[in-house]
Amino acid sequence: MSSQDTSSSIGSSAAAQALLRGLRSLALLRESKIAIAGIALVGFWIVVALLAPLVAPFPPNAQIQPFAAPLSAAPDGGIFLLGTDQLGRDILSRVMWGARTVLFFAPLATLSAYVVGIVMGLAAGYFGGLVDDVLSRISDIILSFPVLVLYILIIATIGASGINIIIAVTFASAPGVMRIVRGLVLDLRTRNYVAAAQTRGESPWYIMLIEILPNARGPLIVDGCLRIGYVIITIGVLGFLGLGLPPPDPDWGGMINEARALALAFPHMTVIPCIAISTLVLGFNLLADGIREVSLHD
Amino acid sequence: MLLFITKRFGLMLLTMLIVSLLLFVLLELQPGSVATKVLGLYSSEEHRTLWLEANGYLDPLWTRYLSWLGGMLTGDFGESIRFKTPVADVLWPRLWNTAILAFWTFAILVPLSLTLGVLAGMREGSALDRAISITSIITTSVPEFASAVFLSAIFVFSLGLLPGTSGMTDGFDPLQLFLPVMVLILYDVGYVTRMTRASMAEVMTTPYIRTAVLKGLPFKRVVFRHALRNALIAPFTVIMLQVNWLLSGVIVVEFFFAYKGFGSLLLEASLNQDIFLIEACTMVAVFVAVTTQTLADIGYTYLNPRIRLA
Repeated sequence: MSSQDTSSSIGSSAAAQALLRGLRSLALLRESKIAIAGIALVGFWIVVALLAPLVAPFPPNAQIQPFAAPLSAAPDGGIFLLGTDQLGRDILSRVMWGARTVLFFAPLATLSAYVVGIVMGLAAGYFGGLVDDVLSRISDIILSFPVLVLYILIIATIGASGINIIIAVTFASAPGVMRIVRGLVLDLRTRNYVAAAQTRGESPWYIMLIEILPNARGPLIVDGCLRIGYVIITIGVLGFLGLGLPPPDPDWGGMINEARALALAFPHMTVIPCIAISTLVLGFNLLADGIREVSLHD
Repeated sequence: MLLFITKRFGLMLLTMLIVSLLLFVLLELQPGSVATKVLGLYSSEEHRTLWLEANGYLDPLWTRYLSWLGGMLTGDFGESIRFKTPVADVLWPRLWNTAILAFWTFAILVPLSLTLGVLAGMREGSALDRAISITSIITTSVPEFASAVFLSAIFVFSLGLLPGTSGMTDGFDPLQLFLPVMVLILYDVGYVTRMTRASMAEVMTTPYIRTAVLKGLPFKRVVFRHALRNALIAPFTVIMLQVNWLLSGVIVVEFFFAYKGFGSLLLEASLNQDIFLIEACTMVAVFVAVTTQTLADIGYTYLNPRIRLA
């Protein structure tokens, strides 16, 4: 009983230390203007997503008045700041609610790809041999597909829905994550602390997850930011091609797809969601660049 | 070297073979569903059974796979459900259209991004380097469909300079190629530039370049005669691998501009469950991707003497 207590208190102090270290490296990011710009853009959209139910001027799916231009007055009070779409839905409100959709699915899909990719990469790098051969071959084959072809095949086969998008992203992105993790593990497993843990008789998965993985976090964080940006683009592309989340719930790619035929007459319907997705992706890419810059200075 | 090339091509064939098997299992494992797709949802049970019998679908899976593979290799891809013609009749003209698109994209992309990358990387940290690097982050952050929307809003809606669709309905029109090519370049140029910049910047810090500068060679001569050769090895691979990305970008761009190419064909086939067309398109896409990956590998090894001799 007492030994359990000490181990848990050691665990919590280690967690506190890790938190402190994380905060300190976050403070370091202040030195990079690029990182600050990235945090500002991503932060802006997170705030918009969180506050959408409170500040969106209209319900996102309410069909009020079609083809209203930006800044025109709504029939029963209020203003369509960014105009309405072909069904008369307020574009500003839909963009705000769309931020919730994308900021829910993109991190979740990326996380899922990371969990699978990290487990595969740890196993391939640590065990080597046959495990490595099999896992590497599988990911080579998946990566040999042009990525959008893979998405279209998967979504056309299993159907378009939120969960299927997460499955497709995991399937297509995990091999890339695996390659990075595998490369890092091949380097880290020769370190003394790994040999020490092996001598203590720790289990392989304990060594991989507790000893090796935390030391591989640097490159993984940078890659994670870039990958979230890429997953946001993917979700947007799928929506744009009509393979994304089913209507009517607002999704940026879907908004562009629905208004596409009218884009040349009413450009605001497509331009606004495009600005939204581009700035969000830009935020993550700037953040990745800033983190890389700061980590190189250390 | 010869052994390496043979090995790489062997690996490529193996990959293609596995992909073909997976594709076949994914789409044709159950003959019943193939018959439904070909004959439509409202076809009669009897009709489907007759069709299955006539087309050899009652044979075991392996026999069917081998004869399907034979068809693929000899260019007999079956019949398109949607176009009611042999797949090959639709596929090759569409592929040609995409090749035109890809040619112009690469013809502009490669010199442009190499120049920008070398300019940025030759003096790391300079104002020009910062400007080029930030611009590349911005252009890679804008997805293809978004830059297509932006460029259309500017050049088609506001200025009225260019056609908004590229269907080429009245014969081939170079003006209609302008926007699709521009969108593809915008998305890819940032990445290739950044890779070239990184490679150039790394070469510029090596001792042999420092020696060349210190012994008083003009900076231009150091860059052109000494640095470029080594700095362009890595971008070669990156450019070859862009073909894989381009195949994805082409789907979006062709769909947006209604361009009758390979990408829009693949999308149309998938949306309509046009099963034999999907199979042919996917195999062609994977073939192009795997071939360029193999050539990139071989080229990289050939260009880099340190690897070549080892």
